[in-house]
Amino acid sequence: MAEITEVPSPFCGIGTDDLTIQVDGVSLKVVKNGCAVNTPAFEQAITDTRPRVDGKDVSLDVAVAKAAALLKNTNQPVIGGCATDVNGMRALLALADRSGAVVDNMNFTGARNNFLALQDSGWMNTTLAEVKNRCDLLLVVGADLESFSPRFFERYLWNEESMFLADTGKREVIYLGKAPSGAASTSPNGQKALVFECANEDLPDVVAVLRALVKGNPIRVDSVGGIAVSDLQAIADKLLAASYSVVTWAAGALAYSQAELTVQTVSEMVKDINNRNTRSSGLPLGGKEGDQTANQVCGWTTGYPARTRFASGFPEYDPYLNDTNTLLANGEADALVWVQAFNAKAVPPTTNLPTIVVGRSGMTFAKEPDVFIPVGTPGIDHAGHAFRLDNVVAIRLKKLRDSGLPSTSDVLNAIEQACR
Amino acid sequence: MLIRLTGGAVYDPASGIDGAKQDIYIQDGRIVDKPSGDFKVDKEYDLKGKVVMSGAIDMHTHIGGGKGNIARTLLPEDHRADPVARTDITRSGCGHAMPSTFVTGYRYAEMGYTAGFEPAVLPINARQAHMEMADIPILDKGGYVLMGSDDYLLRMLTAKKDQKAINDYVAFTMQAAKAIGVKVVNPGGISAFKFNQRKLDLDEQNSHYGVTPREILKSLATAVKELGITHPLHVHGCNLGVPGNMNTTLDTIQAIGGLPLHLTHIQFHSYGTEGDFKFSSGAAAIAEAVNLNKNITIDVGQILFGQTVTASGDNMRQFANHKHASPNKWVTMDIECDAGCGVVPFKYKDKNFVNALQWAIGLETFLLVDDPWRIFLTTDHPNGAPFTSYPHLIRLLMDRSFRNDVLSTIHPEAQKMTTLASIEREYSLQEIAIMTRAGAARLIGLQDRGGLSAGNWADITVYTDNADRQLMFEKPDYVFKDGELVVVDGKVVHTKWGTTHVVKPDWDVSVEKDLQKYFDRFLTMKLGNFKISDDEITEDGRGSLTVHPLKGDVA
Repeated sequence: MAEITEVPSPFCGIGTDDLTIQVDGVSLKVVKNGCAVNTPAFEQAITDTRPRVDGKDVSLDVAVAKAAALLKNTNQPVIGGCATDVNGMRALLALADRSGAVVDNMNFTGARNNFLALQDSGWMNTTLAEVKNRCDLLLVVGADLESFSPRFFERYLWNEESMFLADTGKREVIYLGKAPSGAASTSPNGQKALVFECANEDLPDVVAVLRALVKGNPIRVDSVGGIAVSDLQAIADKLLAASYSVVTWAAGALAYSQAELTVQTVSEMVKDINNRNTRSSGLPLGGKEGDQTANQVCGWTTGYPARTRFASGFPEYDPYLNDTNTLLANGEADALVWVQAFNAKAVPPTTNLPTIVVGRSGMTFAKEPDVFIPVGTPGIDHAGHAFRLDNVVAIRLKKLRDSGLPSTSDVLNAIEQACR
Repeated sequence: MLIRLTGGAVYDPASGIDGAKQDIYIQDGRIVDKPSGDFKVDKEYDLKGKVVMSGAIDMHTHIGGGKGNIARTLLPEDHRADPVARTDITRSGCGHAMPSTFVTGYRYAEMGYTAGFEPAVLPINARQAHMEMADIPILDKGGYVLMGSDDYLLRMLTAKKDQKAINDYVAFTMQAAKAIGVKVVNPGGISAFKFNQRKLDLDEQNSHYGVTPREILKSLATAVKELGITHPLHVHGCNLGVPGNMNTTLDTIQAIGGLPLHLTHIQFHSYGTEGDFKFSSGAAAIAEAVNLNKNITIDVGQILFGQTVTASGDNMRQFANHKHASPNKWVTMDIECDAGCGVVPFKYKDKNFVNALQWAIGLETFLLVDDPWRIFLTTDHPNGAPFTSYPHLIRLLMDRSFRNDVLSTIHPEAQKMTTLASIEREYSLQEIAIMTRAGAARLIGLQDRGGLSAGNWADITVYTDNADRQLMFEKPDYVFKDGELVVVDGKVVHTKWGTTHVVKPDWDVSVEKDLQKYFDRFLTMKLGNFKISDDEITEDGRGSLTVHPLKGDVA
C-alpha cells in the first residue's frame, strides 16, 4: 500500500492539488483533503477492464478495428462528450479531422453563454491566486458556489494568509440570484454572506439594473425581480468602493434562453467598474471533467471552441448547429462516438445510430453500444494535463496506479490509424 | 543518405560567405564537409541560379500560450475568412491573424522559416505555451520566461535581497518553465495595474512594493548576465504606445549602464509628441542611441496595414488601448500574482494618421540602424501584423522604389512627418540573412543553427532569385528541416517535429525551501506540481529538448 501526496484533481475545476491518496492495488482512498466532488470521483472502483463489441468481451485490437469499420463510411459522425485530458483531446481532434466528424463538448451548451459573450464584447477576468490574495469583495451571480466546488471558500477566500489583505476574514461575500446551500461562505469571523434571491428568469433584469446603478444611471422602479433597488444600489456602491472585487458566475447554471446576455451584462459591468477608477474582475466557473481542456485544445488546433465540424475538410464552428443532441434529433448524424474518461455516470444519449463509447470503466448503458472501450482516467490511471476553470493554469495530472487500462489517446489514436 | 545541393549562391553570414557559389553536403540531418576520396551522392539538387540561406529564425513571435488562444477564441470571423483544409499529409485549421498551431507550422515553413520563439511565457502558463508549441509541426521552438511583475521577485526587491538570491530565483524559474531567455513586460506595471495604477514610468514606484521599473530592469539584466544566459534580457518597456515614450526608451538605454539588453518591438516605443497631432517619429533618435550603445539589440515590431489582433502580457497598456479595439471586443486578464495579459483586435489603416506614421517609424528604424547583427525582423506577430506578411516587409526593406510607392499612398500628414522618402538604403540579401538567420541564432544562443558550415543542423532554405523580393521570399523552392525536405515550391510536402530549445542555468537548491513555503502560503499550486518536468515535453514521442550552453561553459 502506498500513499501519494500532492495529488491534483481534474474533477473539481478549481485545481486542488493537495489531496493525499492511499493506493492499494487498484483501489484508491482519499485520506486527506477530499470533498464531495473529488472523493467519489477518485474512489470509484474499476469494473470493466475489457472492451466489448455487441456486448461481448473482445480484445482491444478487435474493438478498435470494429470502431474504425463503423466510422469508415460515415458522412457526419459526431464525437460527443469530449471529456478527457489534453492528449486525449489531441487524439480526438485528429480522429475528427480524418473522419469529418463534429466535435462537441458535453458541457458546451452551458459554456456557450460565455463564448457568445466573449466573442461579442470580451471581458476582464482573473485567476484563482488573484482571488486568494487580492479579492476584497466576491459577488456570486446565479450560482451555488459551494455545491459547484465544495472547497472554493476554504482554499481561495478563507485562506489564513494572503499577500495583500491583512485579514481575509473581513472579505465580503454577496450572493445575487441563488442562495448558498451551506455555510461555506460564512467567514471564519462568523460574518455571513449577504443574500439577495430572485428567480432565475429574473436574473437578466436584476443584473441589468445593477449595471445601470454601477454606471450611475437613474432607475425608476423600486424593485426588480423581488429585490429592492436600494439593495442593488448598496451592492453597486460596494463594488465601486472595493479595491479588487471579483464577480463570479457559472454559465451552466444560467439555464434559460439567451443567458449569454446575462454573462455579457455582468462582464460589461466589470469593465464599467474598471472605468470608474477601481479594479474588478470576472471569474467564470467551469473546468470540470475536461470542459476547459476540450475548448483550449480545440482552440489551438482549429481556432474555435469545442463545437466544431470537420465535414467540409476544414473546421467550421457553430455554437448551435453542431450540438450533439440537435444533430441526433434532426437525423443529421450517422454515427456517435462518446468520449468520457472522467465520469462513468455521464453516458451517451440513446440513439439507434452506430455508437462507439470510449468511457470510464463502470459505465452502464440503457442500450449497449456497438463498441465499448473502457479507458483509464487521466490523473488516476495515467499522467496527463487538464485546464483549471480560470483557463490559464494547466495542472499536471499524476498516474496513481497500474490498472492496465489504455488512455483515451491510446484508443483514439489507434482508431484514427485504423481509419487510414 | 548523402545529399548535395549543387551550385547555389550561398548567403551564410555566420561563415562570412556572401553569395559565393558553393556546394552543400547533408548527411544524417546535418551539414557535412565534402567527403574525401570516392563517394556516392544519393540525392542531388541542382541549385544553379538559386539563393541558398539557412532556415529563417523568428526570434519574437507569439505562437504559444494563453493569450494567443484567447485571441483565437475571440475572432471566429477572422478564421472563417481563411479556412485551411486537411490534405493527406497536413491537418486542417485556420489562418490569417492568429492561425491554428498546425497552420502556424506549415505557413512558417512555407516561407522558409524553421524556428520560432515565443517571447512571453508566463511561468504559471508555461505548460500551455509548451503544449501549444508541441502542436506546431516542422518548426523548432523555445520561449522566454516572463518575469518582473511576479510577486516573489517584487517582494525580493522590496526586501533588498542580494543579487545572488535573485539570480537563483531567475535560474529556478527558467528551468521550471523550460525557457531559453528571460523577458520583462512593462516592468512592475502588470502588477501595478492590479493595484489600480494606470501608468508606470521608468522611475515611478509600484504603489505596493515601492519598486521602480528601473530597479527591476537592472536586477533582471544583471541576473541574465551573471547566469551566463546568451540571450540578453528581452524587454518590452514602459509606456507602450504612449506618445512621447521615445524618452522612456532612451532613458532605459541609459539606465541599464552597459548591460546587454534586447529592446523588443521598439517601433511601439519610439513615439514623439511633435506636430499638429502631437504624435511624431522618434526613430532617428532611437536609432542613433542603438548605433552608439553596442550592448543594445532591438527588434522592430513593424506594423503593416490590415486586420490583426494584439496579444500582450501588458494588461495595463492593453486596457488603455481597448478604446482602439476593432472590432470592438477585447479581453484582459490578471494572472496568478504572476503576470497578466490583454488581447485587443486592431485594424491598422493606411489612411489613419497614427497608423500610417507607425508604419513609417518602423521602416525608419530598420533603415537607420547600421548594424544588421543588432536588429531583427519582426512584426511582433500578430501584434503589428501576422507573420505571413514578412515577404512584403522584406520587399519594403530591399526595394526603395517600391517603398516610396507605398509611402505615397498613406495619410498625407504622416508622409510629411517621416524622413522615409529621403532614406536611400536598401537591405542586401546578406543583411536579410543576418537579421533573420545568423544574427537571430547568435542572439538567442542557438548552437549549430542559423549557419551553413559543416556541423550545423541542415535547416536550409532555397529561393529563386527574383527582383520582386516579396515573390522571392513568399515561395521558396526547397526547405530542408534537419536534412529532411519539408517544402517544395512553397508547399509542405512532408512534416516532422522540431525540438524545443532551452538553457539550464544552475541555482542553489536551497531557494526551493523558501519557494515551497511561499507556494504553500500564497499560491494555488504546490511547488512540485508547478515545475515542468522533461517528460512533459518528450513523453508523447514527438517532442525533444535541446539544451544550449551558457556563456563560460566549455564547449
